[in-house]
Amino acid sequence: MAFAAHLTAPAFKANAKEALTDAQLQSALHGIETGIVDRRRATVAKLPEFDALRDCARAIKNHTLAHLDLYLEQFEAKCRAAGGHVHYAVTAEEARAQVLEICRSANARLVTKGKSMIGEEIAINDFLEQNGITPVETDLGEYLVQIRHELPSHIIMPAVHLTKEQIEADFRRVHTHLAPERNLAEHQTLLTEARVILRDRFLSADVGITGANFLIAETGTSIIVTNEGNGDLTQTLPRVHIVLASIEKVVPTLEDVSQLLRVLARSATAQEMSVYTTFSTGPRRAGDPDGPNEYHVIILDNGRTAMLGGQFREMLRCIRCGACMNHCPVYAAVGGHTYGWVYPGPMGAVLTPSIVGIENARDLPNASTFCGRCEEVCPVRIPLPNLMRHWREREFERHLSPATVRSGLAIWAYLAKRPQLYAVAMSLFVLGLGLIGKLFPRFRWLPLATGWTRYRDFPASQLQTFQAQWKRRVRTQ
Amino acid sequence: MTTSARETVFASIRRALGVTGAEATRRAAVAERLREHPRGVIPARGQLPAAERVKLFVRMVEAANGSAEILKSSDEVPAAIAALLRRHNLPMQVRRGDDPRLAALPWDKERQLEVTTGASDGRQLVSVSHAFGGVAETGTLVMTSGTDNPTTLNFLPDTHVVVLRAKDVAGDYETVWARVRDAFGTDALPRSINLITGPSRSADIAQILILGAHGPRRLHVLVVDEADG
Repeated sequence: MAFAAHLTAPAFKANAKEALTDAQLQSALHGIETGIVDRRRATVAKLPEFDALRDCARAIKNHTLAHLDLYLEQFEAKCRAAGGHVHYAVTAEEARAQVLEICRSANARLVTKGKSMIGEEIAINDFLEQNGITPVETDLGEYLVQIRHELPSHIIMPAVHLTKEQIEADFRRVHTHLAPERNLAEHQTLLTEARVILRDRFLSADVGITGANFLIAETGTSIIVTNEGNGDLTQTLPRVHIVLASIEKVVPTLEDVSQLLRVLARSATAQEMSVYTTFSTGPRRAGDPDGPNEYHVIILDNGRTAMLGGQFREMLRCIRCGACMNHCPVYAAVGGHTYGWVYPGPMGAVLTPSIVGIENARDLPNASTFCGRCEEVCPVRIPLPNLMRHWREREFERHLSPATVRSGLAIWAYLAKRPQLYAVAMSLFVLGLGLIGKLFPRFRWLPLATGWTRYRDFPASQLQTFQAQWKRRVRTQ
Repeated sequence: MTTSARETVFASIRRALGVTGAEATRRAAVAERLREHPRGVIPARGQLPAAERVKLFVRMVEAANGSAEILKSSDEVPAAIAALLRRHNLPMQVRRGDDPRLAALPWDKERQLEVTTGASDGRQLVSVSHAFGGVAETGTLVMTSGTDNPTTLNFLPDTHVVVLRAKDVAGDYETVWARVRDAFGTDALPRSINLITGPSRSADIAQILILGAHGPRRLHVLVVDEADG
């Protein structure tokens, strides 16, 4: 299986337990449901065409995926014609080696980075450091998680798990060249400190690495979307610009990408449009006063072609807006790190098993109430609950689920396939619970249900099953 | 190594799709989409007569925390810039690119204003660029890179002043792409096309929005609305 750095997805349950009792994390997470969810709703309400745009976005992605080989060929030809270099990588290892080779041939010592989820996926920072090259994240959120040696906990807001006080403490710990008694009480002063420190890095970096929100086949262009402007400084100032992309980022035309941009910012940050949407095509031109001399695009597979040919193709429509996690009750309770790898929330519950293997991430597709909010808000209408269900089926087929779950399911299946027996068994069970319930109206402990009763009481039954009550209701009509 | 990775990726994609890559119908579908580049859903919001479109553009720039004013003549640009600098207590120095439309402005009318040309090295506080176009739908500026308008001027200075002709304000992005194709073709887009909507910002510190993260803290647009353009 593919190598995956920092993988703690196998320990999802332990992670969740820890997260639920982490007071700082809980206070940091509180803002998501009250803030971004309401703001997204308000922004979407201002655009009557939003749902039509979602349909169009889905159709564009489906069309592109069905012709992916041809659009990649077109992208490659156009990018090369503009003086760019296109590299392909089957695995994370190959992508890392290509980045290192480009950095070495540029004699790079300092690399600035724009936010890139592919960069996280291939753990490029660790690898560069091991090879004597210093990577500096320049997106403020990514910078914060880098100085804490953490993974981002959200694909759009990497440091959403941190409180202001934690950030202040980290700045005092890491920026030791600054006066220890300086005032860092305000959000503004923290931002200014990071701006000054990173400004210096931007100007002295040898190579800039960014991700790509999209690649345009028509023009051989890569696109990044940011609010800070960090990605733009990362790709404009150094001598070499490396774009980390994956095969499903390509879209056909400038018009197609405009449809996707209209749903991206609104879904991601509740903005009508992100501040900076930058289209990059090749290196600096003759006579250009700025821009990099070399432009490389690395296109990664890392498990995606397998998704293309199977049940998870629809996941490749994902444009990484993060709306699914913003609207997920499980994410809001446990935060992104609990998911134990680069991609958290509902999209991670589908994507992570595809990349690191279901045997390493079996709890993720189960960490859902199937409430369906993720699918409701997805700008490209990915049926996330359904895809999680596919993973649950595979997990069962491959005997990865624990024995208790399997035997419980087997008993239930045995009964469910025999309706009369089911009715009798359930009546007895409910009657039994009801009789005991006359003594104790609420159960504080039940055998086989400690996962429930540990956190809340189980109400006593009403002596009759739902089916029995339903039958009687129909008769009396 | 790269060649073989390329072959592996393409072979995997084609296996997954059950195709060879040579199918004429697929190739025709792709060629047609690239040739026709169909417009999808265009929001009605920006589809307005010229004067109202410019007003919407200004409103949307302001909604994105930028500022904008409409000038009757490009001759008024230097004075408007000088007034902006005075208003914010900024030094009377700006850096601009070689854009002939900027070079032709009557800078000498503002004796105190020092104007230099070229890219930014990070030491300039105020830059002046000329936009390729604007999009009323979201108050977005479209900047193209080159000698005329260096990309660094869009990002390094604290205050970014952008001059935009009112007739270049479109209702939607798609209209600007048509102009881009006319001006540059699709074989050689400018190295950078920057769509800019308001000044730089970050909400990465405890989800509180603050302006001026790495790029400009202030974005001011001068829309020049002259009868003859």
